[in-house]
Amino acid sequence: MKSIHWLLLVGTVLVAVAFGVAGGAVSIPLGDVLRALSGEGDATTVAIVQNLRLPRVVLGLAVGAGLAVSGTALQTTLRNPLAEPYLLGVSGGAAAGAVLAVTLGLASSAFLPLAAFAGAMAAVVVVLLVARAVAGHADPRVLLMAGVVVGAFCTALIMVALATAPENTVRGALWWMMGSLGDAQWRSVRWVMLYVLIGVALLFVWARDVDVLALGEEAAASLGLPVERVTRRIYFAASLLAAATVAGAGLIGFVGLIVPAIGRALGARNTREAIVAAALAGAALVVGADLLARTALRPAELPLGAVTALVGVPFFLWRLRRMR
Amino acid sequence: MIRFEDVVLRYPHAASPAVNGISLESAPGRITAVVGPNGSGKSTLVRALLGRIPLEQGRITWMGERIERFDRRQLARELAVVPQREEPAFPLRVRDYIALGRHPHGGPFAGRNSADHDAVAHAIARTDVEGFSERNTDALSGGEWQRVRIARALAQGGRALVLDEPTTFLDIAHEMSVFELLDALAREGQGILLVSHQLNLVARFADHIVLLHRGQVAAAGTPNDVMRGEVLERVYEWPLVVSRDPAVGAPVLVPLRGRGTR
Repeated sequence: MKSIHWLLLVGTVLVAVAFGVAGGAVSIPLGDVLRALSGEGDATTVAIVQNLRLPRVVLGLAVGAGLAVSGTALQTTLRNPLAEPYLLGVSGGAAAGAVLAVTLGLASSAFLPLAAFAGAMAAVVVVLLVARAVAGHADPRVLLMAGVVVGAFCTALIMVALATAPENTVRGALWWMMGSLGDAQWRSVRWVMLYVLIGVALLFVWARDVDVLALGEEAAASLGLPVERVTRRIYFAASLLAAATVAGAGLIGFVGLIVPAIGRALGARNTREAIVAAALAGAALVVGADLLARTALRPAELPLGAVTALVGVPFFLWRLRRMR
Repeated sequence: MIRFEDVVLRYPHAASPAVNGISLESAPGRITAVVGPNGSGKSTLVRALLGRIPLEQGRITWMGERIERFDRRQLARELAVVPQREEPAFPLRVRDYIALGRHPHGGPFAGRNSADHDAVAHAIARTDVEGFSERNTDALSGGEWQRVRIARALAQGGRALVLDEPTTFLDIAHEMSVFELLDALAREGQGILLVSHQLNLVARFADHIVLLHRGQVAAAGTPNDVMRGEVLERVYEWPLVVSRDPAVGAPVLVPLRGRGTR
């Protein structure tokens, strides 16, 4: 990728962050935002910026980067431009795990991502088993279909939990289904950031193996790569990322689908470049989409998952058309 | 030196083995060709060499040592395989693709050293792909792509090259250029093990031919030993004659029209 593209990506993130903090139910001039960051100015403004807007924007950055990097790794590993955590059922499994933890009263900020991760891994195992039973091996097309089915099953599980849960957890469960950054608090944002950093770091280290996997199983084996082990590893890290984002912000679809294509369109030459580009573009996209969700029908707030889906579905159809 | 000794291979859940007691060897400086009808077990041998299908019986060795004893990365540094099918999930620049041949040599963060640069440069020069090394892999013709794949295998820097049908879908000129390249590489000391359907070209270029039939060796030896009408007719189950090419003297197989009617 050329330096101009990197600059463009970094610039987009900075602009998204600036407008993300400044915009919302109450618009705050950028000058006041800067003063509020150092604790100066009107007390209400300081509180809004430091305790509401900033954690929300930081959560958006982490969630966007996590989803986009997860999608990049999965698309390359499975050799399918339609693969992403949402469509592969990974996010659905994570949401089911998180909702289950909440209904059982086990939802501390550190534990919630782990419960989501357990759900995500369970979904991954089921998807892989289904694909193996149907196709004899991990056929990417079958994986995608199995993922959609497992995702639907997880949604059903959440519905059941929702129907039997006490009133106050129902709202929480609904919130998970629609995706939102609205609950961002520093306490939980910190944990999401930690898990996202771990996941992105693992995939960054393993990126060269992903380059080789992208050539196909036999070619990868001919280059000395233990194909099954590496595939499982990548799946694991991608699931960790997806789970962390779900624990922090619920189900947000299509970010993992759209953003990897942006990295490639900008000319990312290998998986490592694609990961960094996706992290930047994904972070900017989710912060931007959240700003839209907060301001489009002000004072009402749209579910973030709905906004990304409204942008993502046409893109998905366009991709599908090009795949033929 | 690659050697298969009484090798039996079976796909999971298959009733009968795909390869049933095959022995053959590929020596340095020679082109050894494995030929035979579809489903005779040719590609299964390549898959076994890649460790993609478990050995039911027999031994597969590299330099006298069982291949299971090798670390796969170490094996990839000594023995390169060009599988039958391969398509990058996303287009890559040709030069970057060829450099993936150096993957078995480096760790996750190892920078490219001079040995890597030399190996890639040598592979590019040797396969004559310099002219399109800056293009993307999805902008190559079939013949260019096959040469680029061989370049990637050469960049691995090994002493043996295994190729599964490297000339499928290629026209005469590209087919010939691939065979000429393999011939030159063999003269330089590489051991070439080639799976191919191109019997007539194999008969001109190979030093040793192994003819497979239903997972077993039907004939093996020099082109003149193997290219015999009665043997090939039985194996391919089609009437044919073997004559001699007047220009180059190599045996040539000519399939006849219509079953049994000449």
